[in-house]
Amino acid sequence: MTFIAKPKVTHPSLPQNALGLTRRAYEGALSTLCAGCGHDSVTAAIVEATWRLSLEPQNLVKLSGIGCSSKTTAYFVSGAHGFNAVHGRMPSIATGANAANRRLTYLGISGDGDTLSIGLGQFCHAIRRNLDMLYLIENNGVYGLTKGQFSASADVGTRAKKGETNVQPPIDPVLLALDLGATFVARGFSGDKRQLVPLIEAGLKHRGFALIDVLSPCVTFNDHEGSTKSYAYTREHYEPTVFADFVPREAPIVVDYAEGDAREVALHDGSRIVLRKIGADYDPTNRAAASAAVQARLSAGEYLTGLIYVDPSDARADFHQVSGTPEEPLNALPFEQLSPGAAALHKVLGRYR
Amino acid sequence: MATLAPSRINDFTLKIATVNGTGSASANTLLMKTIFRSGVPVVGKNFFPSNIQGLPTWYEIRVSRDGHLARSGSVELMVALNPETYARDVRELAPGGYLIYDSTWPRPVLLSRADVTVIGVPFARLCNENFSGVRTRILMKNICYAGALAALLNLDLARMRELLGETYAKKPQLLESNVKALQLGFDYVREHVACPLALAVEPMDRTAGHIMIDGNTAAALGCVFAGATVAAWYPITPSTSLMDAFKSFCDRLRVDPQNGRKRFAFIQAEDELAAIGMVLGATWNGARAFTATSGPGISLMGEFLGLAYYAEVPAVLFDVQRVGPSTGMPTRTQQGDLLACAYASHGDTRHVCLYPANPAECFSMAVEAFDLAERLQTPVLVLSDLDIGMNDWMCPEFQWDDAYRPDRGKMLSREQIEGLEKFHRYLDPDGDGIPWRTLPGVHPKGAYFTRGSGHTQFGTYTEDSHDYQVVMDRLMKKWQTAKALVPRARIEGAGSKFGIVSLGSGDSAVREALAVLAAEGVAIDYLRVRAFPFGEEVERFLAEHELLFVVEQNRDAQLRSLLTLETAVEKAKLRSLLHYSGLPVSSRFIVEGVLAELRARPSAAQPSAVGA
Repeated sequence: MTFIAKPKVTHPSLPQNALGLTRRAYEGALSTLCAGCGHDSVTAAIVEATWRLSLEPQNLVKLSGIGCSSKTTAYFVSGAHGFNAVHGRMPSIATGANAANRRLTYLGISGDGDTLSIGLGQFCHAIRRNLDMLYLIENNGVYGLTKGQFSASADVGTRAKKGETNVQPPIDPVLLALDLGATFVARGFSGDKRQLVPLIEAGLKHRGFALIDVLSPCVTFNDHEGSTKSYAYTREHYEPTVFADFVPREAPIVVDYAEGDAREVALHDGSRIVLRKIGADYDPTNRAAASAAVQARLSAGEYLTGLIYVDPSDARADFHQVSGTPEEPLNALPFEQLSPGAAALHKVLGRYR
Repeated sequence: MATLAPSRINDFTLKIATVNGTGSASANTLLMKTIFRSGVPVVGKNFFPSNIQGLPTWYEIRVSRDGHLARSGSVELMVALNPETYARDVRELAPGGYLIYDSTWPRPVLLSRADVTVIGVPFARLCNENFSGVRTRILMKNICYAGALAALLNLDLARMRELLGETYAKKPQLLESNVKALQLGFDYVREHVACPLALAVEPMDRTAGHIMIDGNTAAALGCVFAGATVAAWYPITPSTSLMDAFKSFCDRLRVDPQNGRKRFAFIQAEDELAAIGMVLGATWNGARAFTATSGPGISLMGEFLGLAYYAEVPAVLFDVQRVGPSTGMPTRTQQGDLLACAYASHGDTRHVCLYPANPAECFSMAVEAFDLAERLQTPVLVLSDLDIGMNDWMCPEFQWDDAYRPDRGKMLSREQIEGLEKFHRYLDPDGDGIPWRTLPGVHPKGAYFTRGSGHTQFGTYTEDSHDYQVVMDRLMKKWQTAKALVPRARIEGAGSKFGIVSLGSGDSAVREALAVLAAEGVAIDYLRVRAFPFGEEVERFLAEHELLFVVEQNRDAQLRSLLTLETAVEKAKLRSLLHYSGLPVSSRFIVEGVLAELRARPSAAQPSAVGA
C-alpha cells in the first residue's frame, strides 16, 4: 500500500549522481499494483531517468489523473510534490501549475482510459498549447481498477479476458499527437527499459509538449491469449525503429556510432539526443512521414517504437511564449509588480466618472 | 386624462424599446451618463436577447433623486421603436405617461390608449434625409432619439456633445455625424412639442464622488488589485465581460515596460472543467488564480470543486448568475445557483460563498475572496448575477489602501520547512482546523501528495475509517473558523418584530421598499446576508424577529432553504417573496408582498402594531 514507507537504507558504495544523490532519493512509496504490472517497470525507468538527469527532487512536479497508471506518481521521487487530479483532468492541473511556475519540470502520468476517453479533450488541448511537460501514457488497452473493460486504445479484434472481441477502432495517442502538432512524440514498451530511459530523459528536457506512449501490459486483465496488448504479443510486434540516446549538456561528445548510422538532435538546454536508426530508412524530423510510418505499421498489427518525431526548433511557440509571460515565474513576482496602487485606481476610474 | 404625480422632476423611469444589433447601446449610455454628470442619481438596466441581431431589446433608465437604484416597477416614458413589441410596450406605460414613437410611418396601435401622451418624431425620415448608407441611417436614429429625449427631458445638450467628444475622440468623422444626429432630434422636438415634459431632469449634486460601473468590470479590477496572475475561463454569458475586463486592465497595468512581458497568464480553456482545473493547478503552485462562469459552468466544475474542498486547494470563482435551469435564459438575471454553489459536488462538501450586492462589493469582495481562499485553503465562490455584472450601477468611487498586502495564509517558507523534522500536510497544529501547506519547488522535505482520494492527516492515502473521519471532522472545524472570517451580514433597523432577509442584487429594491413601507408606517428591520457560512449575527437576527420575509430571485426559495438547513430558525417564521421572471426584482414587488402578508394578519395590519 502507498502508506507503507520504504526503509531508506543507504549504502556507501551506491552510485551517486551530480547532486550526490543515489537512486534511492528518486524512489517513492511501495507500489500497490499487481505483481508484474508493466507500470512498475515504467516507474523504475522514471527513477533511473530522473536520477541520471540529476533533477532536484523538489523541482519535479508529478501529476496524474485516476486509474492504475495514475497511482504510480506516488511510487517515484518522494521529494517531489504530486497532484492526483480527477479522472481525465490532469492536463488542466498541469496547465495551471505550469502557468504559475514555469521553472519546474512537469511530468504527467496517465493511462489509456484517463487520456483517450474521459480526458481526450484536455489531452488534445494541452498538445495544442504546446505545454512544457512530459506526458507519459501507460497504455494497456484495458480498464484495470474496474476490472477489464476495453479502453479506447483497444485494437480491433483484440479479445477481452471475459471473451468479448473489440470491434471499435482504437484511438492511437501517437497519431493523434502528431496530428495535433506535438513537438516530441515517442512510443516505448515497459519491457524495454534500455529504450525507455533515454526517451524519458529526452522528454523531460524537451521544451514544449512531449508525449511518450508506453505499451505497458496489464498482467491481470489483458495478458491473455488473443489480447494485442499482452506481454507476449507486444514483444512479438513492437518494432524499435529509432533508438534515442540522451546525452546531457555536460557530457563530452563521444562518437561511437558507425558513420551514417547516428544523427544528433540538440535540445534547448544544450543537451542532445543521438538517434540511431535500427529499422528501415526513417526521418524522425518529418512529421508527415512519421505519421505515415506509424499508420502503416499499425495496419500491419505492429507498433513502431522509439523517438518517432521530434522538432527541437523554435518554430512552434510553447505555452509561455504564446502567453507572453516573463522568465520569472508568475508565483514569484512581488506584489508591488502586480497591484497597481491607489493612484492608478483613481486614474483607471476616470472613464467611469 | 390621467396625469402623473406633479413632482416627477428627477424621479421617473424611461424605457427604450429597440431591436438588437442596431447600435442603441451607445445612445443609451450617452443618456445615462448625461443624467449622471448632471448630478442626478441614475441606473440603467439592459434587457437583451441571447442573440446577435434582430430580436427585441429594452433599456430601462431610472432617474431617482433619492438615489434608488432598483427597478421601480413602473415606466413613465416609453420610446417605442420596435414595431414587434409596440403593443406590449404601450401596455406597460403608467397612466399619464408619455409614448415616443417613430412617426415616419403610421402606427395606429400606439393610439389605443387615451391615458398617455403620444409624441411622434419621424426619426427614420430625419436620418434618411440627412445621412447616406443603410447602416449609418440605422445607427444615427439612435443618437437622434437621444437628441429628442434631451429636448423633452431638458438634458444638457452641451454635456452630451462633450460626452460624444470623449467617445469619438479619435474618430472625428463619427463625432461629426453623431453631433448632427443629436441636434436633428433635439431641434425637431423643440419645434413640434412643448418642452420640457413634467418628467424633466434638473441638475443636482448627488453623484459627486460616484462612478457608473458594472459589476463584472469591478470584479475584474478587484482581481487585478488583489494580485491575481492566472485567469482561466471558458466563455459564457453573462460572465465573459469579467474576463475581458481583466485582460484589458492587465494589458494596461501589468505589462513590464522594459520588455513587454505580461505579468499574468490569460488562458481560454477548452471547457469549464479545464478552466477550474487550471485555477487549481495555479493556486496549488502558489499563484493567485480565478475563473468566472455562470450556472452551466458551475454544474461542470462540480467535480473539481469537490476535490479542491477535500484536498484543500484555494480557488476563486465568480458565478455571474443567469436564469436556469439548464441553458435557461442566458441574458436574464436570477439568483438560482445559491444551493448549487453552497454544496457543489458529491459527498459532504460545502463552500464559502460571498454575495455582493452591487459593483462596489464586487470590487471589494474580489479582494476578500482571494484572501479567504488562501487563508482557508478552499474555494471561494463569489455569486453576483447578470443584473449586477452587466448593468451600469452608480456606486461610491472605489478606494484602495496602498498598505494592503495579500493574506497568503499558512504557507511554510523554505526556512520553516528546513526546521521541521517532518512535514505533514493535513494536521491541525493551531487548533483552528486550518493546516499548513507547502509549495512545489521549495524544499524536498515539504513534498506531499495532493489527492481527492481518502487521506490521513499526514497526507497519505487511506481507506481506514478512523483516519478518514479525522480529516473530515477537521474540515468541519475549519468551516466553523470560516464563520468568523467571512464578511458579516449587514443589519439595519430599530428593533421591529418583522424583518426582511435578502442577499445580493435584491438589496437596492429592498432598501427602497423599506423606505416606502416606513412612509406608510410599517417599520421593518433588514438583514442582508453577505456570505456563507452564516455568522452568529445571522442566527441572532433570525431568532430576534417574529416574522421574516425572505426576498430572493429564484423559484425554489434557495436562501430560505439554506437558512433552514444551516441555522436554528423556525421554518414557520419565514415567508418567501420570490421573484424569478428573469428581470431584476422591483421595489414595488416587495412592498406589495409585505403588505399583502401583513394585511392577512389582522392584528398586525395596523401601523401602530407594526412599528418598533
